[in-house]
Amino acid sequence: MTHTGRSPKGPPDPSEMQNVIKMRETPMLRLEKLVKTYKTGDQALKAVDLEVPSGQVLALIGPSGAGKSTLIRCINRLVEPTSGKVWLGDTELTGLSQSALRRARRKMGMIFQEYALVERLSVMENVLSGRLGYVGFWRSFTRRYPQADVDEAFRLLDRVGLLHMADKRADELSGGQRQRVGICRALIQNPELLLVDEPTASLDPKTSRQIMRLICELCEERGLAAIINIHDVALAQRFVQRVIGLRFGAIEFDGKPDALTPDVLTTIYGEEDWEATIQKVEEDEVAAE
Amino acid sequence: MPVYETAGSPPIWRRRNRNQALAHWAMWLTGTAIFVYCWMQISGATTWFFVWDAPRIAGDIWDRATPPRWEYITQLGRPIWDTLNIATLGTIIALCFAVPVAFLAARNTTPSRYIVRPIALLIIVSTRSINSLIWALLLIAIIGPGVFAGVVAIAIRSIGFCAKLLYEAIEEIDETQVEAITATGASRWQVMAYGIVPQILPAFAGIAVFRWDINIRESTVLGLVGAGGIGLQLNASLNVLAWPQVSLILLVILAAVVISEWVSAKVRGAII
Amino acid sequence: MSTSSLHTHRELDDMLGTRWRKPKLVKQTWLRWVLWIGLVTYLIAAVLTIPVDWSRVYEGLDRGWQFVLAFMTPDFVTRAADIRDGMLESIIMTIAASVVGIAISIPIGLGAARNIAPLPVYMICRGIVAVSRALQEIIVAILLVAIFGFGPLAGFLTLSFATIGFLSKLLAEDIESMDRVQAEAIRSSGASWMQWINYGVQPQVMPRLIGLSMYRLDINFRESAILGLVGAGGIGATLNTAFDRYEYDTAAAILIIIIVIVMGLEYLSGLIRARVQ
Repeated sequence: MTHTGRSPKGPPDPSEMQNVIKMRETPMLRLEKLVKTYKTGDQALKAVDLEVPSGQVLALIGPSGAGKSTLIRCINRLVEPTSGKVWLGDTELTGLSQSALRRARRKMGMIFQEYALVERLSVMENVLSGRLGYVGFWRSFTRRYPQADVDEAFRLLDRVGLLHMADKRADELSGGQRQRVGICRALIQNPELLLVDEPTASLDPKTSRQIMRLICELCEERGLAAIINIHDVALAQRFVQRVIGLRFGAIEFDGKPDALTPDVLTTIYGEEDWEATIQKVEEDEVAAE
Repeated sequence: MPVYETAGSPPIWRRRNRNQALAHWAMWLTGTAIFVYCWMQISGATTWFFVWDAPRIAGDIWDRATPPRWEYITQLGRPIWDTLNIATLGTIIALCFAVPVAFLAARNTTPSRYIVRPIALLIIVSTRSINSLIWALLLIAIIGPGVFAGVVAIAIRSIGFCAKLLYEAIEEIDETQVEAITATGASRWQVMAYGIVPQILPAFAGIAVFRWDINIRESTVLGLVGAGGIGLQLNASLNVLAWPQVSLILLVILAAVVISEWVSAKVRGAII
Repeated sequence: MSTSSLHTHRELDDMLGTRWRKPKLVKQTWLRWVLWIGLVTYLIAAVLTIPVDWSRVYEGLDRGWQFVLAFMTPDFVTRAADIRDGMLESIIMTIAASVVGIAISIPIGLGAARNIAPLPVYMICRGIVAVSRALQEIIVAILLVAIFGFGPLAGFLTLSFATIGFLSKLLAEDIESMDRVQAEAIRSSGASWMQWINYGVQPQVMPRLIGLSMYRLDINFRESAILGLVGAGGIGATLNTAFDRYEYDTAAAILIIIIVIVMGLEYLSGLIRARVQ
């Protein structure tokens, strides 16, 4: 295993982050005036501009209905943006034909809130379904994947500690185990970017932390960028390098996790006693050491 | 909840206020009037002499029909085999058509909501509204009497039934699983095979077995109009008033119905 | 920590390079083959034993096409009087049989629910349900025509009888799965059996009973269309005559009317179910 030196527990080293940002001139993901208006008239996103450099893990926080989920889904066009542009590297995703979009989606792994595993398929089939964009229909239908894919699936399952579950049906697994399978499915796509939608919302606090740590470790191992929608501000502060605060479909905050002061949280979420939340983070830190 | 206050007495609670009560009574009155009219019509078209005579006739038929002519069963082997085939092949053919129709009719999988979906729904409602005996009559007029007409009649009648239940199952699937498969860059057909099919497979199996059970029942009587199976023998026996044979055939049909219901209950239990 | 990771890695090394196949539903290979071969053999035998006169079918294609054309130009006029009388008789039979059938189904359904009926009553009611469900409408109609003579009375009795089996069974199942706490609350207030049924059971099962009754009305109408084939009244006789005379346009007209009425009933029952729930 090629672990890099930095402990995933501590907050990221700011200088290292600066380096990452400086190294790349073209950001790997760029959103330009992204707007999404639903048929009901709800304006979920109001001209969002965002650049994500390669390898950066960022958290998207904000109240329910702020447009976090819509933003993530507009990037891989599970939700069709109303206007604006999305660039992944040199490719403009908005405006791609259906088949070109499918090829582009292979570069973006997605992890879901309720795991979104196909419950009646086995763990292995769920992981291998991440390769669907690469194999033809008949091969996927008869489950005859290339040996390289099968080996990679074994490696990933081993990495998340679920190799012995490979032939279990997905609905036999616990929540944390299912989310690990979901992570494997996203990673086997060999993505450059992970889109993570509330990965911990259905999990207990301990499992939540394990899952967040796993996602961030894997991003670092593989040099992936990730956008993580998350409700839990404390958890976000612990693991990510950059936090974006979204409110009413517009970016209200963009900065390092330690810049999240009570004032900032008030602008994002509204009036509330935020000292307790931040306090809790520090206590958690102490408890975790 | 109206409460009436009358001078000199305590307030009275009633379930309905005056207008509601009137509407309620008017509804019942209309209903009763319609029923009485219907009954008058039926009674007017009935020869009551036969009805008063019915107990005697029933007793007479019973005397003639018992005991059943057991040795006749040797001639029923082929008709029973035909009946089974009509039901089974009819169900299989129906499923082959019902699956695409269901996908075209389900709101979340139909390629076009305003053109294809109404056509699929029309196929469902028209095949479903018409009894398999009527389909059999029609097919006999077209392709001649025989087992083949029975198979096709059962198949057509079952398309609408299976497609309706199946498209309701498709509309109830968990969309996030489909979304997850789409997000991997899977093609339309792969999304179908990985995201949708595994979710509806149990419903599909249940529907298939359920309909097979119903089709066994229906195929036993298709012979009455000449579409093969054990109903042919029933019709022939009735025509010559061979009551002992009729009673034996009825027993066989009863047994077939009970066995098919038992089999389908077992299979459904095993699936779910 | 290190030993466990070593262990898992050995496992991984063993698995790398091995083929992976979807686990089979039936584990034993021989049984799987037996099932497949059995299924294929049956299907081949079934198909081979169906006599199909292909030349007859080929000739039929033309008639089939004429029938499709007849659907485009249905003839409501030529036999208008027959169609009207037959339809009216079908509707009358349907309504009368549904009313009587539902009225009888309710006590039998109550009796067939194990949680509210004493055992002897339960056995008798379940017996009635089983007999009614096992006998097909058309066979019952044949017997009743033999006993009561031709006409709508036999059809009416047939449909009532079939309604009892259908509705009582579903009603009984519904009562058996109802919320016991609500019913117990009423009982604990000292209510009599009738009061208990009225206040504890009826409100819980009423919406579903109405929904099922509408559904049965729909089925009864569809069934009433075939009872005429055996002389038990309704539109079936007219339809049969139309087929016998190869009057496809009249037959098409009748079928269209049936489809439209069934669609109307489905729409109506959707409205009523939405209202009572």
